[in-house]
Amino acid sequence: MARESDYGVNDLGLKIATVNGTGSASANGLLLQALFRMGIPVSGKNVFPSNIQGLPTWYEIRVNKDGYTARSPDFQLAIAMNPESYARDIEEVVSGGWILYDNTRELDDEFRRDDVTFLGIPLADMCVEHFQGSRIRILMKNITYVGALVALLDIDMDVVKGMLQEKFASKQHLMDANFAAIELGYKYALEHFDCPLPIRLEAMDKTKDCVMVTGNAAAALGCVYAGATVGAWYPITPATSVMDGFTEYCRRFRVDPDTGKNNFCILQAEDELAAAGMVIGAGWMGARAFSPTAGPGISLMSEFIGLAYYAEVPCVFFNIQRTGPSTGMPTRTQQGDLMLCAYASHGDTKHIVLFPADPKECFEFSVQAFDLAERFQTPTFVVSDLDIGMNDWMIPKLEWDDSFVPDRGKVLAADELEKVENFHRYLDLDGDHITARTLPGVHPKGAYFTRGSGHDKYGRYTEDSDAYVEVMDRILAKVESAADHVPAPEIFETDGGKSVGVVSVGGCHWAVLEARDALAAEGIEIDYLRIRGFPFSQAVEQFLEDHGTVIVIEQNRDEQLKNLILLETSCAKEKLQSVRYYGGQPLSKVHVIEGVTPFLTREPMEVSQ
Amino acid sequence: MSYIKKPAARHPKLKVNSLGLTIRDYEGSMSTLCAGCGHDSVTAALVQAFFELEVEPHRLAKLSGIGCSSKTPAYFVSEAHGFNAVHGRMPAVAAGANAAHRDLLYVGISGDGDSLSIGLGQFCHAIRRNVNMLYVLENNGVYGLTKGQFSASADIGSTSKGGMANQQRPIDPVNMALSLGATFVARSFSGDKDQLIPILKAGLSHSGFAFVDVISPCVTFNDHQGSTKSYAHTRSHMHEVIETDFVPLRTEITTEYSEGSVQGITMHDGSVVKFHKIADEYDPTDRRAVLDYLADVGSRGEIATGLLYLEETGVDMHGFENTVDGPLVEIPFADLCPGSKGLEEVQKEWR
Repeated sequence: MARESDYGVNDLGLKIATVNGTGSASANGLLLQALFRMGIPVSGKNVFPSNIQGLPTWYEIRVNKDGYTARSPDFQLAIAMNPESYARDIEEVVSGGWILYDNTRELDDEFRRDDVTFLGIPLADMCVEHFQGSRIRILMKNITYVGALVALLDIDMDVVKGMLQEKFASKQHLMDANFAAIELGYKYALEHFDCPLPIRLEAMDKTKDCVMVTGNAAAALGCVYAGATVGAWYPITPATSVMDGFTEYCRRFRVDPDTGKNNFCILQAEDELAAAGMVIGAGWMGARAFSPTAGPGISLMSEFIGLAYYAEVPCVFFNIQRTGPSTGMPTRTQQGDLMLCAYASHGDTKHIVLFPADPKECFEFSVQAFDLAERFQTPTFVVSDLDIGMNDWMIPKLEWDDSFVPDRGKVLAADELEKVENFHRYLDLDGDHITARTLPGVHPKGAYFTRGSGHDKYGRYTEDSDAYVEVMDRILAKVESAADHVPAPEIFETDGGKSVGVVSVGGCHWAVLEARDALAAEGIEIDYLRIRGFPFSQAVEQFLEDHGTVIVIEQNRDEQLKNLILLETSCAKEKLQSVRYYGGQPLSKVHVIEGVTPFLTREPMEVSQ
Repeated sequence: MSYIKKPAARHPKLKVNSLGLTIRDYEGSMSTLCAGCGHDSVTAALVQAFFELEVEPHRLAKLSGIGCSSKTPAYFVSEAHGFNAVHGRMPAVAAGANAAHRDLLYVGISGDGDSLSIGLGQFCHAIRRNVNMLYVLENNGVYGLTKGQFSASADIGSTSKGGMANQQRPIDPVNMALSLGATFVARSFSGDKDQLIPILKAGLSHSGFAFVDVISPCVTFNDHQGSTKSYAHTRSHMHEVIETDFVPLRTEITTEYSEGSVQGITMHDGSVVKFHKIADEYDPTDRRAVLDYLADVGSRGEIATGLLYLEETGVDMHGFENTVDGPLVEIPFADLCPGSKGLEEVQKEWR
C-alpha cells in the first residue's frame, strides 16, 4: 500500500530489486558501507530467495538520522532492476517517491504510476557499450546504478571511490571497471535528472564509534573469544555463516605460528545429529564445543540434546531461526523455535537459552553461553534469527576485557582427585545442585560412565524410582538456578503508571523501541521489558506482576513467548495479550503500533508513517 | 546373566604387566548379558588385549551406542571413562571426543542394529573421516533387547527363532568398510580368542579407524538351527583367510620372515603386525584383490575371517583437519583468545 512520502535529509527507505546471482550483493554492500562511512545511521536487509541464480532478490537500505534501524516498509526510492518483480517493486514505493529502472527496454504501461517519478537509465545499453564480456557487463550494471545514486542522493563520491580502491587494491582491471561504471551512472544521473533528489543524504558523525557487522560473524568471533576449539556443523541457511566466520577468525588467530597447525578443529558432519554428537563428545573431553544450526537442525539434534541434558555434558548450540515449520521459508526470518529450544528433546528437559537482539549481543552472549554451559554442565542455546544473523547491523564497537577468565565450572583436577576417596559424578556435595565433573585422561579416580540411561547420584545405572527422581529433581533445580546467571532482562520504564507493559524478545527489540518512542510522542507511554535469557529471572516475574496488562510481542504464530511466560511464571493468563507477526520479514514499527493499539487504554492512535 | 559378584581378592600369582596391573584391573562390572552371549567373549578378549598392551586405564575412552553390544563397555576397564551414547550415534561422539583429545585411546563397541541400521550413516562417515579408534561391531544378526527382530546383517534365508526366513539382502559391514576406504578391516568370531586378540591389539595400535566385525552369536534369539549367525554355523563356515600375530614395540623381533608366507607391517607406534598367509595369493594390502577374494569366499556361503586389509599410511581425521599435535583440551586459554588487540584489528574491517 503506497503511503505519502516524508521528504527529509537522511531519512530514507531504499529498495533495490535485482536478480540473484548477478553480483548485486557486492554493489549493495558498497552502497550501505558508503553511507555508514558518511556517518549516517543505516541498516541493510537482504531479502533473498533460496536459490543460486535467477530468482528475484531484494536489498533494503534504511537511512535514519535518529538511529532507528528496524525494518521500515516505507520505500521512497526503488531501484527496479528486475522486470520479473516490477509490479510489486513499483507498487511498494510510497506516493511521491522515485523509481530508478533500466530503460534499455521501456517500461510497460501497466507498471506506470502517476504519483511517483520514474527515473529511466539505459543501464544495459551503457554497459554493453563500455565493457567487454557478458559477466563484467552484468556486474557493472550494478555498480552503474550505485554511481547514479551517488548523484541522486548526494553520496560522498570520495568515500565510494576510497572503498573501491581498498577492495580492488590488488585487482587493477576490476578497479578500473568499477571506477568507470561509477562515473557512468553518476554522469548520466547528473545530466538527466534534477540531482540531488529531496531525499538526499548528508554526512553526519553518528557512526564513528560503531561498526557494521552481521550477527553470525559476531557470534563466530564470540566462539573464538570464548576459547571454543571444536565446532561441528551441517551446512544450513541461515546458520552457515557462523561457521564460515569461525573458520575465518580461527585461520587468522588460531594457527600455531611455529608449526602451521590448527589450534581448533572444525568438523563438517554428515547431518545435524552427528554434529550434536561431536559437540557432546568434545564437551565430554573438556573442550568448549559448539554447533551452529537452524530449526530443522535442532529438530534432528533433539535426541542428543536430551542426552547432554541428562548426562550433564556442556555444549553450545546456536539456532539462527528461519521461517518454519518443516523446510518453511529458509531465507526468511522468524522466532518460531522459542519453545523448541527451551524444551528440546523427549522426556522432562529444560534448557538455558540466550536471546541476542543484535550482533553486539551475539558476540557477548556467545562468550557467555560457553561459561553457562560449563558452569551448569548443560546444553546452552543462543537463539538468534536470520535477520540478526545474516543482515548488516550498525552496532557500538565491541569491547573485550583482557582480564576475562572463562568459567569452567566444577572440574576436578588430578591433584584434587588424588585427595578424594571416591569420586561420584552426580553427587551434590555442597547443595548448589551442580556436581563436580572430571575429564577423561586426567586421573584413574575420575573415571565414570557417561550415560543417557537411568542413573543414580553415584553415576550407576539404575531403574530405581527414588534414585532416578533424586537425580532428575537436582537437574531441574540446577537449570532453574541459572535464571540468575543468564543475561538480565533489559527494562525501559516510564514515570507514568504501571498499567501497560510490553514484553518482547530478540530482534523484535528495534521495532518495539521505535514504536514505543512514536507512541510516547503521542502521549502514550508504555513500559517495556526485553527478555534476554531463559529460565526467566525474578526481574521478569516482577515486571509481569507490576503491570495490569502485559502485551507480548513476538514473531511466531503460536504465541510461543507468551506461552513460555504462562508456563514458567505465576503470571495470570488474563493479563497477557499477544501481538504476533510471522510473515518472515523483520518486525517493523508498523506491526508493533498496529498490534498494541487495541490493547491501550486510551483511544487507539492512528498509525503515522 | 550371572548374579554372583566377583570377589575383590586376587590370586597372588596373577601376572602383572609393566604398569603393575593384573588382568583383573582391566575388568569392569559384572556382565548382565545372557549366559553364553558372544559379547562376553569379546569383552574378555578386549580385557586380555588391554592387559597385554599395557594400556593405562584412565587413558582409555570407551564408547558405545544402544543395544546389547553397547552395554559391554561397562564390563571392561572400570577405570576408563565410558560414554553410552544414543542409538547408532556413537561414532559422532567418538569423533568429537577425539577431535578434542587426540592422545587418548578410543574404543567403540557397537552392534549390527546400531551400526548397520539406525547408525549406518554415522558408521560410514566415521570411516570416511578416519577417526583414530578401534571400532568393534558385535554382529549377531538380530535385535536382542527388543526380542528377536532381524537386523540388517541377517542373511537371506536365515530364520528367526519363530521360523520366519529373512528375505532382504544383508549389509556386509566388511565389504562396506573396504569399499568406503577403511584402512584396517577385520572379521573374527567371538568363539575364536586366538584369532580375535591379536586382531584387537593390532586395531588398537592402528593409526586410523580400525574396524573389526566380530560374529558374536545371540544365544537367546539367534543360536538355533537355520540361523547363519549361530555358534555352530559360524564354526562350520569360518574360512580363515589369514593368520595374524601382533608383535608389540617392546618385543625384540627375532622371527625371520620366510618370503611368501609371512608378511610384516610396521604400525605407526612401532609395533609389527605379522600376517601368516593361508592362501598364497592373498595380499592384505591390496584393497581390490581383497574385495574380489572376499566375494568368492562369500559366494560359497563361507565366512572369511582374519585381519583382512591393512593400510598403515592413511591420513586420519586430525591429518585432514591439520590440528596441532597435542590435545586441543590442553591448550591454555591465553593461546585461544585473541584479546582486545585482536578485536581492535578485526573491527577495523567492520568499518
